[in-house]
Amino acid sequence: MVKYDTVLIRFGELSTKGKNRKDFINRLYGNVKYMLRDFESLEYRKAYDRIYIKIHDEDPEAIREKLKKVFGISSFSFTEKVASDLDAISDTCYRIAAETDKKTFKIITKRHDKSFPMRSDDINRAVAGRILKNTDLKVDVHDPELAIRIEVHREDTYITSEKIPGAGGYPAGINGKVLLLLSGGIDSPVAAYELMKRGLMVEAVHFASPPYTSEAARGKVLTLASMVSEYQGHMHVHVINFTDLQLQIYKTAGDPYAVTLMRRMMFRLAERTAKQVGALALGTGESIGQVASQTLESIACINDVVRIPVIRPLVCYDKVEIIDLARKIGTYETSILPFEDCCTIFDPKNPVTKPSVEKSEYFESQFDYEKMIEEALAASEDIVVSPEKNDEDFL
Amino acid sequence: MQRRIYFDNASTTNINPEVLKSYKQLLDQYYVNSESLYDEGTQISRMMEKARSAIAGLLDVESDEIIFTSGSSESNTSAIKGVCFACPEKKHIVTTNIEHSSVLNACKQMEEVFGYEVTYLPVGPDATVTLQQAAHALRPDTALVTIMHVNNEVGSINPIEEIAEYVKKHSHAYMHADLTQSMGKLEINMKNIDLASVSAHKLEGLKGSGILIKKKHVPFVPLINGGEQEQGLRGGTSNAPVNMVFAKTLRLAMENGRKSHDKIEKLSRMLEEGLRAIEGVEINHPARHIPSTVNFSYEKIPSEVMQNALNRKGFMVSARSTCDSKSDDPSYVLTAMGYSVKRASSCIRVSLSSANTEEEVQLFLKALKEIIEQYG
Repeated sequence: MVKYDTVLIRFGELSTKGKNRKDFINRLYGNVKYMLRDFESLEYRKAYDRIYIKIHDEDPEAIREKLKKVFGISSFSFTEKVASDLDAISDTCYRIAAETDKKTFKIITKRHDKSFPMRSDDINRAVAGRILKNTDLKVDVHDPELAIRIEVHREDTYITSEKIPGAGGYPAGINGKVLLLLSGGIDSPVAAYELMKRGLMVEAVHFASPPYTSEAARGKVLTLASMVSEYQGHMHVHVINFTDLQLQIYKTAGDPYAVTLMRRMMFRLAERTAKQVGALALGTGESIGQVASQTLESIACINDVVRIPVIRPLVCYDKVEIIDLARKIGTYETSILPFEDCCTIFDPKNPVTKPSVEKSEYFESQFDYEKMIEEALAASEDIVVSPEKNDEDFL
Repeated sequence: MQRRIYFDNASTTNINPEVLKSYKQLLDQYYVNSESLYDEGTQISRMMEKARSAIAGLLDVESDEIIFTSGSSESNTSAIKGVCFACPEKKHIVTTNIEHSSVLNACKQMEEVFGYEVTYLPVGPDATVTLQQAAHALRPDTALVTIMHVNNEVGSINPIEEIAEYVKKHSHAYMHADLTQSMGKLEINMKNIDLASVSAHKLEGLKGSGILIKKKHVPFVPLINGGEQEQGLRGGTSNAPVNMVFAKTLRLAMENGRKSHDKIEKLSRMLEEGLRAIEGVEINHPARHIPSTVNFSYEKIPSEVMQNALNRKGFMVSARSTCDSKSDDPSYVLTAMGYSVKRASSCIRVSLSSANTEEEVQLFLKALKEIIEQYG
């Protein structure tokens, strides 16, 4: 049996990063260790263009699932580490070939250490020759069913038959912090994923309107946050009580402008929260035209109240594309649980699709929202969520 | 930690410590199959039969008229389908329009899938049906009359014994009574009742436990097929420890029911008076109701919002039947009583137990006033 004892991690978008290479690698190395922190006997080694992890007795399947979610990894492989010696290399490759039920193969050698006495092509030939002679496998250099990769380094050589695609992108957190407006819907958790993929550390702000929204609705949002927090380890969720502002807005402006004004208030609250937590931008799950508050006119009118940049990763996605992504990251089923619109009182019948800044400002001049914003911020809760673990006693 | 106050005893109850103690002991010790022929199996079987006979004694029926089930939803469904399928020449069922969803949905299925005709007797403003209504609905091809003793949302009390007597005297239909909400609270004479459903978890017992009383003369087709358990009427390995503690559950519930009746009645009166004193609050339960169930509406605040607000203040209450709590529809019980959609969409059910106190009732009234002031 081939025993894959070492995980070899290849880096993502590194070529473009030039002088930031070191930061990239250090951050990725830290993130990988954090994501695998439950596997206590892992042994890590950081090299110029790879991270190596000796897995000892840990469960390779569980490690594989975790690593698939680490941004900044272009691909990784479970490898067998052997001495950099042609006989040892050839033995392991032959064993991989002998154990497979595939029909065609190819050997791909890469010499990281040019002092090895054979050139890559010569190694390919020598190893392939042995496999051809002793098995029924045929060589197919264009589309092999089995690709055996040999990475030759000065001391050790890593051999693998599987290259697992990583999540790509940048290591979480390397590009700074963003504050995402998180609802219980389908879009915003996907936006969180997209932001994290670009190396941003995501914190979330959620607006709750108890008793018009229930504890279950709030719980659902925290569950969604905990699901996407897998990609960066944990996540802060700032829960802001929005009831008083919401009631006041309805009282002042009535139905058509309510959603516009609510969104403007949320942006104001979010901008100030972002300042407090050191986030340099806001994020939203908005997508052009999806609902009344996401027409270009609405977006412009709502955006008007903040100076902080607003990143909208889903802005040009179709709903079906967003749903596909939500399914991929596993948030879809939770997002569609029927808690969000638990209350029909605040379900406007005729929301305005082309709101104007002037009119919004007129309504807002009718009440002292500054004071209410201050109060809401003062009562804001900071909840830290992590990926849920099913380790409760009764399970 | 916020003080939490439980006012949802019609939904389910806490477990009586005595019941829990016995259950734990039984669970530890008696794991073998009660159908097994070795000593341990026959011992468990004997104990379960002892429990069965104790239950029968408490209800004044015969031992072999008790079938252990998973609870009232199963007992109700089995009673309806079990009797109807056993009398294939009859195609008519009589029930009311405010039964529990397990009865209404079973009846609906009998109509839609099996071609039965069902008469849904409309209740009056007091949420009950009369003997005359039931008598009038009977037909020569009526297989079953199924009526709840006490309604789960408003606590109204049907004249179940009268109706049963009439059905037995003047027709060949069988009489089923859903006793889920009345057991331990009202006395009932089983003389003319052919089938009845009781659930343990409403009686400070275990969830997933109940009985169907089925008199010997009643033809019955089992819904769950299996071995010879429960006289072949309900298959599946007996949940022996659970069934055994049903006896203690029922005995204690009946004893406590008698003891605590006056206390609950006093709490109920206090609550109702307090509710009537709040402007805009309307009482939905009828004048004649079991005191443990109190139902009211404040129309400006829909049920769900009111429940959320009460929850935040530490009170656990229901709106509609908890089995329908995920639905947004107005309460069908209240609409059947003739109340407006608005009133039926803003109802709150408070259900008391002997563990509740006067202080809790006062705290509730205070919290309710605050909520109405803030959001009303």
